[in-house]
Amino acid sequence: MKIVICVKQVPDTAEVRINPETNTLIRDGVPSIINPFDMHAIEAGLQIREAAGGEVTAITMGPPQAEQVLRESLSMGVDKAVLVSDRLFAGSDTWATAYTLYKAIEHIGADIILCGKQAIDGDTAQVGPEIAEFFDMPHISYIRKIVDVSRERIVVQRLMDDGFDVVESKLPVLLTVVRELNVPRLPSLKGKMAAKKAEIVKISAADLKVDEQDLGLKGSPTQVLNIFAPDPKGNRKMLQGGPEEMVSQLVSELLESKCI
Amino acid sequence: MYIRVRTEKCTGCGTCVASCPYDAIVMHEDAARITELCQLCRACLGVCPEGAITEVAEESDRKEKGQGRGVWIFAEQRDGKIAGVSYELLGAGRRLAGDLGTELCAVLFGAADGGPEDLIRWGADKVYYCDDEMLCTFNDEPYARLLTNLISVHRPEIVLAGATPIGRSFFPRVAARLHTGLTADCTSLEIDPETKNLLQVRPAFGGNIMATILCPHTRPQMATVRPRVMQKGEYDADRKGEIIRVTAAGISSGTRVIETVKEVSEVALNLHEANIIVAGGRGVGGDKGFKALFELAEALNGSIAASRAAVDEGWIPYRHQVGQTGKTVGPTLYIACGISGAVQHIVGMQSSDIIVAINKNPEAPIFNIATYGIVGDLFEIVPLLTKRIREAKGL
Ligand SMILES: Cc1cc2nc3c(=O)[nH]c(=O)nc-3n(C[C@H](O)[C@H](O)[C@H](O)COP(=O)(O)OP(=O)(O)OC[C@H]3O[C@@H](n4cnc5c(N)ncnc54)[C@H](O)[C@@H]3O)c2cc1C
Ligand SMILES: Nc1ncnc2c1ncn2[C@@H]1O[C@H](COP(=O)(O)O)[C@@H](O)[C@H]1O
Repeated sequence: MKIVICVKQVPDTAEVRINPETNTLIRDGVPSIINPFDMHAIEAGLQIREAAGGEVTAITMGPPQAEQVLRESLSMGVDKAVLVSDRLFAGSDTWATAYTLYKAIEHIGADIILCGKQAIDGDTAQVGPEIAEFFDMPHISYIRKIVDVSRERIVVQRLMDDGFDVVESKLPVLLTVVRELNVPRLPSLKGKMAAKKAEIVKISAADLKVDEQDLGLKGSPTQVLNIFAPDPKGNRKMLQGGPEEMVSQLVSELLESKCI
Repeated sequence: MYIRVRTEKCTGCGTCVASCPYDAIVMHEDAARITELCQLCRACLGVCPEGAITEVAEESDRKEKGQGRGVWIFAEQRDGKIAGVSYELLGAGRRLAGDLGTELCAVLFGAADGGPEDLIRWGADKVYYCDDEMLCTFNDEPYARLLTNLISVHRPEIVLAGATPIGRSFFPRVAARLHTGLTADCTSLEIDPETKNLLQVRPAFGGNIMATILCPHTRPQMATVRPRVMQKGEYDADRKGEIIRVTAAGISSGTRVIETVKEVSEVALNLHEANIIVAGGRGVGGDKGFKALFELAEALNGSIAASRAAVDEGWIPYRHQVGQTGKTVGPTLYIACGISGAVQHIVGMQSSDIIVAINKNPEAPIFNIATYGIVGDLFEIVPLLTKRIREAKGL
């Protein structure tokens, strides 16, 4: 069984802010991390290997320093790591990212492709399903449990708003995973040592044999027009007095506004 | 396009270096230089006090724009019930179609209460309707295939879906196949009066930043729209429109839904649809603390939500989580108990009509977005509030 995991390097977004005066990012010392959802994808890939055998490859598309997330994946136990990197990929939106990853994964071959539900910088959740469409393979989003997996088929639970669906798919398939799926393992000491030395396969635009018009900014249908700070909101009314008074005041305000 | 530093203007102040999320700007011989790490995210444009950073367009940036006509919305149904967001899409779509002077069409897959006629009464001029058995339960491939086919034939200008688990899962496939842009989770949609392009506003970086996205050269322009932010369309029982039946013949699926499991707790759960939500955070202290919140929710006939901190502690299941990595809600009343108000939480609930914050720390940021703030111990306030509400309602 060939398992491929898409991992993305992202800024730790909890700390990224915007300067409301200049409308620009303030990003002093924000660290880069593996997209948290992708950690769960790695763990799922390793568990599938443990149950059904096979080989697990982590793949990332990004600038050269994205190698860091591959080393981390290796230290958790993936077998191989592939860095898809080229100046021509810069400015990719989800279409161009998914297309590039699809072309690169075609080289490796995959029975199961695992992605995080979404990346925490763009929050789009689009790259996974788009890769599946390029392959013309089925995909299932928001996997919260893998019920059964064999060489031909997989049964999973897909998280929905009102509960979950039990969904069966034939292989090959692409899955996007949510945090509930598992608890990612910590890298072992041995894994860390091996990760340092492991060779990372590098793929450039030329290796993919694709039209440059489909890559990077040129291949991206969407453009960012501008960025700005979210509206500050707040017509805050702080209620005064002791607990009894505040609660009475609140209840009468709520009754008046007819919302209860 | 690429980013260029006009070295003759650069004073070497370093402002741009700090602005780059990808560490792609370095100082070299007292001038800023863009390295190959540049992702063309444009965050640096405009930061330079000297105006030395500019973007340079290239001839090959242009792509052929196909002709488009009509605004389309995907009306989602689950268990034969049309999702609330579909009516909001009809409202938004009506406005956009008006600005473009074109028609508004809805697409409905699977039989639903009220049927396609309902969508017409809520604003659609036409409904493309397929009631094939196979589309009653949601599977990505057949939904994507059929919608792709319809779009290829009729070539709408704009196509919208709700940013729900369904819309966000299958729309990317359609955009991938059509080689067009898709903007996720939009909170505002406007037509640019000059170019007639769709200006799509969405949060990024966990809600810390808003971005306006364009899809200038390809059609259709596609977006998923966050539930509970757009105004519903106007209902007119006498509205007439056209229903166009489509067939799913020849469409297959690699996936199959074996079972659909509803997880509804004692307090009605569907947070998206809830009018009143009582939410708890780390301040609630444990599952025992949540009992008091459940009682308040029951008295109000509302639902229960939580911050990620409370979910991570294991006090309440993930499906109650509101925020960036949870659900987006927009009730008439949201009561936040022991929640500090981190931006990742706020993005999921800020469109609530009335927000009540109960927190013992007067400095908690949640008060900045609250309609009513109570500084106090939730263990004292919440039971008292439950009692008063019961009295007021004569329970
Ligand atoms: C990528 C990413 C995604 C995230 N996504 C989400 C998300 O979807 N949803 C989400 O909620 N968070 C999310 N977070 C986490 C978010 O940043 C905050 O950590 C979280 O919202 C904090 O939860 P809290 O307010 O319950 O806890 P805290 O920040 O610990 O706040 C607890 C509050 O309770 C008050 N309190 C304590 N005791 C009492 C008492 N007895 N009476 C009254 N008040 C009391 C305290 O004063 C404090 O303000 C995300 C973070 C990251 C990095
Ligand atoms: N540049 C990338 N390299 C590898 N995987 C990616 C990349 N971008 C996105 N992904 C994968 O796609 C998922 C969804 O990302 P997104 O669509 O950007 O929210 C992520 O969790 C990753 O698994």
